[in-house]
Amino acid sequence: MNRRIKEKIKYTAGIIYCALVYVFLFLPIVVIVVNSFNATTSKPYLSWKGFTFAWYGKLFENTVLLASFGHTVLLAVVSTLLSTAIGTLAAVGMYKYHFKGKGLIDGLLYIPVVIPEIVLGISLLTVFAKASVPRGMITLVLAHVTFSIPFVIFNIRARLSGYDNSIEEASMDLGANRVYTFFHITLPVLAPGIGGGALLAFTLSIDDVIISYFTNGQVKTFPLKVMESIKSGVAPDVNALSTLILVGTSLLVILTQSGIFSKHKK
Amino acid sequence: MKKKKNFRGNTLPALVMVGPVTLWLLLLVAVPLIYVVFMTFCSLDANYNLVFTFTLDNYKRLFDANYVQIYAQSLLIAFSTTLICIIAGYPFAFLIARVFTKKKAILYMLVIIPFWTNSLIRIYGWRTFLGSSGWLNNMLTKLHIISEPAEFLFNRGTIILGMVYCLIPYMILPLYTAVEKLDKSMIEASKDLGAKGPATFLKVILPMTASGIFSGSIMVFIPCLGYFFVADILGGGKSDVIGNLIERQFQSGNNWPLGAALSVILIAITLLLVKIYQICGGDMENLGV
Amino acid sequence: MEEKKIIVEIKNVNKVYQGTNAVVKDLNLNVYEGEFLTLLGSSGCGKTTTLRMIAGFEDITSGTILVEGENIEDKEPFERNVNTVFQTYALFPHMTVFDNVAYGLKIKKKPKGEIKTKVMEMLELVQLGGFEKRYPSQLSGGQKQRVAIARALINQPRVLLLDEPLGALDLKLRKQMQLELKRLQRKLKITFIYVTHDQEEALSMSDRIAIMNDGILQQVGTPVEIYEQPATRFVASFIGETNLFDGAVSSVDGDKVSVSIESGVITGKGTDFKVGEMVAVSVRPERIKYSVRPVEGFTVPAAVKEQVYVGSVLKTIVVLPNGNEIRIERLAGEELPAEGMVYLYWKDEDAKIIHSFDNNIFAAIDNIQLA
Repeated sequence: MNRRIKEKIKYTAGIIYCALVYVFLFLPIVVIVVNSFNATTSKPYLSWKGFTFAWYGKLFENTVLLASFGHTVLLAVVSTLLSTAIGTLAAVGMYKYHFKGKGLIDGLLYIPVVIPEIVLGISLLTVFAKASVPRGMITLVLAHVTFSIPFVIFNIRARLSGYDNSIEEASMDLGANRVYTFFHITLPVLAPGIGGGALLAFTLSIDDVIISYFTNGQVKTFPLKVMESIKSGVAPDVNALSTLILVGTSLLVILTQSGIFSKHKK
Repeated sequence: MKKKKNFRGNTLPALVMVGPVTLWLLLLVAVPLIYVVFMTFCSLDANYNLVFTFTLDNYKRLFDANYVQIYAQSLLIAFSTTLICIIAGYPFAFLIARVFTKKKAILYMLVIIPFWTNSLIRIYGWRTFLGSSGWLNNMLTKLHIISEPAEFLFNRGTIILGMVYCLIPYMILPLYTAVEKLDKSMIEASKDLGAKGPATFLKVILPMTASGIFSGSIMVFIPCLGYFFVADILGGGKSDVIGNLIERQFQSGNNWPLGAALSVILIAITLLLVKIYQICGGDMENLGV
Repeated sequence: MEEKKIIVEIKNVNKVYQGTNAVVKDLNLNVYEGEFLTLLGSSGCGKTTTLRMIAGFEDITSGTILVEGENIEDKEPFERNVNTVFQTYALFPHMTVFDNVAYGLKIKKKPKGEIKTKVMEMLELVQLGGFEKRYPSQLSGGQKQRVAIARALINQPRVLLLDEPLGALDLKLRKQMQLELKRLQRKLKITFIYVTHDQEEALSMSDRIAIMNDGILQQVGTPVEIYEQPATRFVASFIGETNLFDGAVSSVDGDKVSVSIESGVITGKGTDFKVGEMVAVSVRPERIKYSVRPVEGFTVPAAVKEQVYVGSVLKTIVVLPNGNEIRIERLAGEELPAEGMVYLYWKDEDAKIIHSFDNNIFAAIDNIQLA
C-alpha cells in the first residue's frame, strides 16, 4: 500500500479512537443535561416526554435542594481558602527553612493523596466522634481542608522549583521587611502555582462524595442529597442544577485559567 | 558557595509558616489513622459502646468466607479497571500528546472538564443511560434489535465500567505528562538504527513512559477498592467492593471496630503498593495529579 | 597619599557554617569612601560570603563590621544603607522595569511624581530610556543587569555591593559593561565593593583589589601594587603568569638579596629579610633575560625545551637542572639557542622576594638542606 494512504488511515483511526474516548467521558454528562429538559413528571423520570424548561423553574422552588447546593458552595469556598492559605505558607516555609521533622511532614502529606478516601473518611469520623465534635459544616470543612492541603502544596512546589531565592533578598536589600516581601514578591511570583492549587482544591471539594458522606452529620451537600434520592429516582431538577453547576464551573475555570495564562506570558 | 540563608530569628518565620500544616496533619491525619488502628483492638459492649479489651476478634472476623470472597472480587475489579485504563488510556494519551499536538491544550482540558460535574451525578447518568427504561434500551427496542428491555445494570461489568469512567483521567493525565516528555530524537534514533515500529515501542517508548503507567496505576487501583458508591449505584448491592463492607460497618452495621479492621486491609494494600512503586523508582511527587 | 575616610570597616571577622570549616578567617579590611574595591579570588574563597555579611544576608560568626562607624550586626538587611546587585540579577519577574527600579522608593513612600522623575533619570543613566514598560523576561542579559544596577543605585546607597554582576554575560558584553560600571561609579562617586573571580576584570576596573584565598585575605592594594609587589606566593601566582623559585636567603647586601635555590643562586630586591629565612622569588616571564655565560649573582643554568610563537610574542619554556620549568616571554625574533645551556638572569628589581610562611614551606626546607 502507498505509504501516504497508510499514514492517512492511521491518522483517521487515531481521530476516531480519541472521539470515542471523549464520547465515553461526556456521555453521562450529556444524559444529565438532556434530562434536565425532559418534560416527564413520573418517576423514575427516565422516558422522554418532550422538551421543557420547567425543571429550571421548579429548581428555584426546591429549597432543600438549593440549600444543599448552598452548603456545597460554602464548603468549597471556605475549605479552598483555608487549604490555600495553609498550603502556601507550608510550601514556602518548607522550601526555605531546614528543620527537624521535615521528613515526617512530607510523609504525612502523601497519606491523603494515596490512601483510599473511605479510610480517611472513617478515620476522621471516629476521631470526631471520640472528641465529641458535633458533625456538621465545621467537620466537613476540617475534612475537606485535610485532603486538599497536599494538592495545594504539590502545586506550589512545582512552581518553587524554578524560584530564585535572591529576589527575596533583593527585596529586603531595597528596604522591604519580611512581611512586605512575602506579600509583594513571594506571593505574586508564586501566584500561578497558588491559583492552580486553589482551583484543584475547589474542584476536589465540589466533587467529593465519600469523605463528606462520613463527616457531614445532618448537613447535606448537593452530592449527598443526590445520593439520598437515588433509590427513588433522581428528579430532573437535580439534573437542571447539575447542568447549571457545570456551566458555572466551566466559565469560572476558563476565566481564571485565561487570567493565569495571560499573567504567565508577561 | 553556600546558599543557605541564615538570617537572625529564623525560628519565628519558620514556625508561622510550617506550624499550621504540621498541627493540621498531626491532628487530622496521623492521630485519626493511629486511632483507627487502635480501634481494631477494641470490642463493643451490649449498648454498642466501644471498649478497649485488646482483642484480635476483629482481625479473625476478616477471614470470614463471605468477606474473603468480596476481597477477591474487589481486587479483581481493581485489576480489571487498572488494566482497561492502561490499555484504553495509553493510546489516547499518546495521540493527544504527540499526534494532535496543535490542539493538545484543548484536548487536555476536555479530559478534565467532566470532573467539574460531581462524580456521583455522572455515575447516576450512566445508570440513566443503561437502565431498563434508559436510553440504550429505548434505542435498541426502537431499532428492533431487542424486543424486551435488557438488564445491562447490576453486574460486575457495569461496576468496572463505572470505575473506569471515574478513574481513567487519573491514568490519562500522568501518561500524558510522561509521553509529552519523550524526546523525539530518541524515537528517531531507534528507527534510524533499524528498529521497526513495535520494537521501538517496546524497547524505547514503553520503558521511558513506564513512570506514567506506574503512577497512573497507583492512582487508579487504590481508590477502586474504596469507591463504594459506584458499586451501590451500578451494582445494585449485588456486587460489593471492600469499600461497601467498610461503609456498612460505619452506617447500618454500626460495628466500628470491625470497620476499622477492614480499613486496615486497605491501609496495608496501599502501603504495599506504594512501597512497590517506590522500589520501581516511582517518584512520590508524581502522585499529586 | 591624602587621608581618606573609611566607610566600611571589617574587623576580625570570622564566618563558620555549622558543621563545616571556616569560610572567612579573621578578616580585617577597610574600604574607603568613593573607591572601587574588588574582592578577588577563586570560587569558595569567602569573597561572596564577605559581601553577604555586609549586606546582611549572612550572620557574622565573630568580629564586627562597621558601616560609617556604626556596627551593623543587629541591623536587618532592609535597615542597612547598602544595596546589592546580584549575580542572577534577581529582578522581580512580575513587575515592569519601571516598577522594579521604583521598588525601593515606593517602600520609602516617596511621592509619585518624585518616583517617576527619579526612575526615568536612572533609566537614562543606565541607557535604558524607553524600556520602562517592559517585563524582565523581555530583556537581554545585559539589559537585565542594567535594570538591577539602576534598581540598586536609585536608593543612593552609601555602598553598592556587586556580586559577580557580569558573570552571566558573554565576553564582549562583559567588557562593555565593565567600562560602563566604571563610568557610573566615577560619575556617582558611590563606594563600590565588587566581587569577581576574573583577575582581568579586577585589574582593569578597581582602585584597589583585595585578594582572598581559602577565607584568608592575602593582600590589599592597587592593581599595580598587586601585580608588581605580590605579598604572598598565592597572589604572585594568581595574578598574571609568574615563575616562582623557593629557597632560603643566603646573603643580604642593602636591598639586594641573594637566594639559594635548589639549582643555584639567584638575586632579587627586597627589604626586611634575614639570612637563612625561607622565601619565594617571583619573576614575571617577560622580565627574565638569558645569557650563554653565567651572570654575576646568578648560577642557574637552564636548557631550552620549547619555543612557541604567539603573534608578536615568543613564549619559551626552559628546564632547570632539578626539572622545574620556567616560562620566558621575549619579543619575536629573539629566539634562545636551541642547543646547550643558557643562564637566566634579571634586573634585581624585577625579582620580588616574598616571605614564604605559607603552604610551600616544606619545599623551601628541602632546598635549604640541598644548598
